Amino acid sequence: MTVLDHRPTAPVPPWLPGATDPRTDPAPLLPDHTPVRVLGTPELAKHDPELLRDLYRRLVIGRRYNQQATTLTKQGRLAVYPSSTGQEACEVAAATVLRPQDWLFPSYRDTLAVVGRGVDPLAALTLLRGSAHTGYDPVATRTAPLCTPLATQAPHAVGLAHAARLRGEDVIALAMLGDGGTSEGDFHEALNFAAVLNAPVVFLVQNNGYAISVPLTKQSAAPSLAHKAVGYGLPGRLVDGNDVVAVHEVLSEAFDRARNGGGPTLVEALTYRLDAHTNADDATRYRVSAEVEAWREHDPVTLMERHLREAGVLDDALVARAAEQAEALAATMRAEFHAEPQLDPHSLFQHVYAEPTPQLREQADQLAAELAAEAGA
Amino acid sequence: MSTVTTEPSVRTSTMAQALNAALRDEMRADPTVHLLGEDVGTLGGVFRITDGLAAEFGADRCLDTPLAEAGILGTAVGMAMYGLRPVVEMQFDAFAYPAMEQLVSHVAKMRNRTAGKLALPITVRIPYGGGIGGVEHHSDSSESYYASTPGLHVVTPATVDDAYGLLRASIASDDPVIFLEPKRLYWSKAELNTAAATEPIGRAVLRRQGGSAVLITYGPSLPVCLEAAEAAKAEGWDLAVLDLRSLVPFDDATVAQVVRSVGRAVVVHESTGFGGVGAEIAARVTERCFHHLAAPVLRVTGFDIPFPPPMLEHHHLPGVDRILDAVAKLQWED
Repeated sequence: MTVLDHRPTAPVPPWLPGATDPRTDPAPLLPDHTPVRVLGTPELAKHDPELLRDLYRRLVIGRRYNQQATTLTKQGRLAVYPSSTGQEACEVAAATVLRPQDWLFPSYRDTLAVVGRGVDPLAALTLLRGSAHTGYDPVATRTAPLCTPLATQAPHAVGLAHAARLRGEDVIALAMLGDGGTSEGDFHEALNFAAVLNAPVVFLVQNNGYAISVPLTKQSAAPSLAHKAVGYGLPGRLVDGNDVVAVHEVLSEAFDRARNGGGPTLVEALTYRLDAHTNADDATRYRVSAEVEAWREHDPVTLMERHLREAGVLDDALVARAAEQAEALAATMRAEFHAEPQLDPHSLFQHVYAEPTPQLREQADQLAAELAAEAGA
Repeated sequence: MSTVTTEPSVRTSTMAQALNAALRDEMRADPTVHLLGEDVGTLGGVFRITDGLAAEFGADRCLDTPLAEAGILGTAVGMAMYGLRPVVEMQFDAFAYPAMEQLVSHVAKMRNRTAGKLALPITVRIPYGGGIGGVEHHSDSSESYYASTPGLHVVTPATVDDAYGLLRASIASDDPVIFLEPKRLYWSKAELNTAAATEPIGRAVLRRQGGSAVLITYGPSLPVCLEAAEAAKAEGWDLAVLDLRSLVPFDDATVAQVVRSVGRAVVVHESTGFGGVGAEIAARVTERCFHHLAAPVLRVTGFDIPFPPPMLEHHHLPGVDRILDAVAKLQWED
């Protein structure tokens, strides 16, 4: 028995002698016809009110975090911030569905998921502040570094999930990507490897409509991004990415499937980036305001608040408490990032190799001499 | 399976068999060592370097992967993040390029970008170089791409002993290693003593003593240089031959010591010359040994052309005559 012995085989036509490739019925793999949603449906009543309140609280804090981080870029305190404003439902749902032993493989826009997963909110911004590449311990937090080269973290998630499965350990890897990333070869290779290896991995694609300025219509001609799963032999799911309860539900189902040996799932969440790509981008050059305003009407935070109030699981006191927590976090962010970071130029030569090469030792000495000369001048 | 102990052996072995023995012995010694690549399982690899390993260790530890090099290396990154020690086989030098982004952006940088919290002990085995009559895309010498990427070690054996010892050292290393296998030496034979073949990464070795000049080389060009040194005796030159074995880290100390003692040096490699490893070596030698040099450091390399068709490759590959022509230009009249 090897990890490859999972695939169901169906009869091959008798006029194709020797055809041995496994065939599966594509129908069960096809994505949902319409995006799954829970808010505004009777399904909402089936969800634990405590979970709903927690998701709401996380959305409010997440929105404030995005706003504060963007403000910090304008003050020169962060080098850049790719905001997930408008996409908080996906970020929050992803963070909430992860168990302590699971691993998260975030893209550069997923700081919020990293924070929601338990990483220190200030350490999570280290890359974007520019003081170091990664501010947290990936092994201790089971959170890979924020990944900038698009989709390259997806095969890592597959390999890690595969390794955990080989060791018989119940660990699921969640890879987060955007719509642009689905055009990258690594995304496709990751889906293929995941399906072939039956790896316990979940791919969450946040389709926010644009890869910087390029709209989805120029990115893909597929019926949906979730359909890309089918060709590789894994199921695709389609969900309203601004409905945090729906994203949580669909991801939970994908996690259950992975945990039970069912293999990988691709989830496409339909959402919208209310802010520009980053603080350095001007979204008015490629989006009309009517489109942005239409999505503001479907804002994940206000949507959740309205429906939870209607369902009677949220009141003014809870709303006020969430806002207080969000403001407290924003104040901490301001305090931290208005202080100058501690930088050590000597650290440049650390951690290139386990042991510095003789050449790196020489170069470290050179820099040290330069610094000493500067200090003495 | 992993309880099998490895008895040291002494026997005549090809380089291919020595590499196979190194993989087997590392897999026996360390259950976290996993092989993955195209055709490495049932077939044992197109060069049979992984022959018999799937049978001994099972298909999960010697994994036939889908045919996608970025996916293979990216999967290996994830496996290494979870504590495994992957050994990836790239089928041919020029087939490894799809994995370049994974290699450059993740494998080489992960330790650095995580401040040492996450190391990737991955070995990437790549058969490289020409001389076996391979058609287009089967004979590249890609070492300069790897050697100019900080975070990678780049190792290439030229002897049977080193093939065994350096591959074991590479797998045991906590840093990623590009292990370049000179494919035209796969069938070279020598006595392999597995107990004695324990060479650490990073040390050049003098393969031949000589007082006139030194040929600095590595991998597939070593036998050519030894042959040239033998032929040079007729011209009255007593050539030393230095085998670098490791391009990164580079053994500046040994190289400088040998060059200073003889005063003349020629760098020989198959790869193209412009921006190649030889240019770096010539520059380093000049910087460190200038006052000991009787002549400029010369290079004998492949031409700056795409690797030629197999029926023309002998014009491209550095041979004995071209090496001796370079030696003749080392300003002997002085």
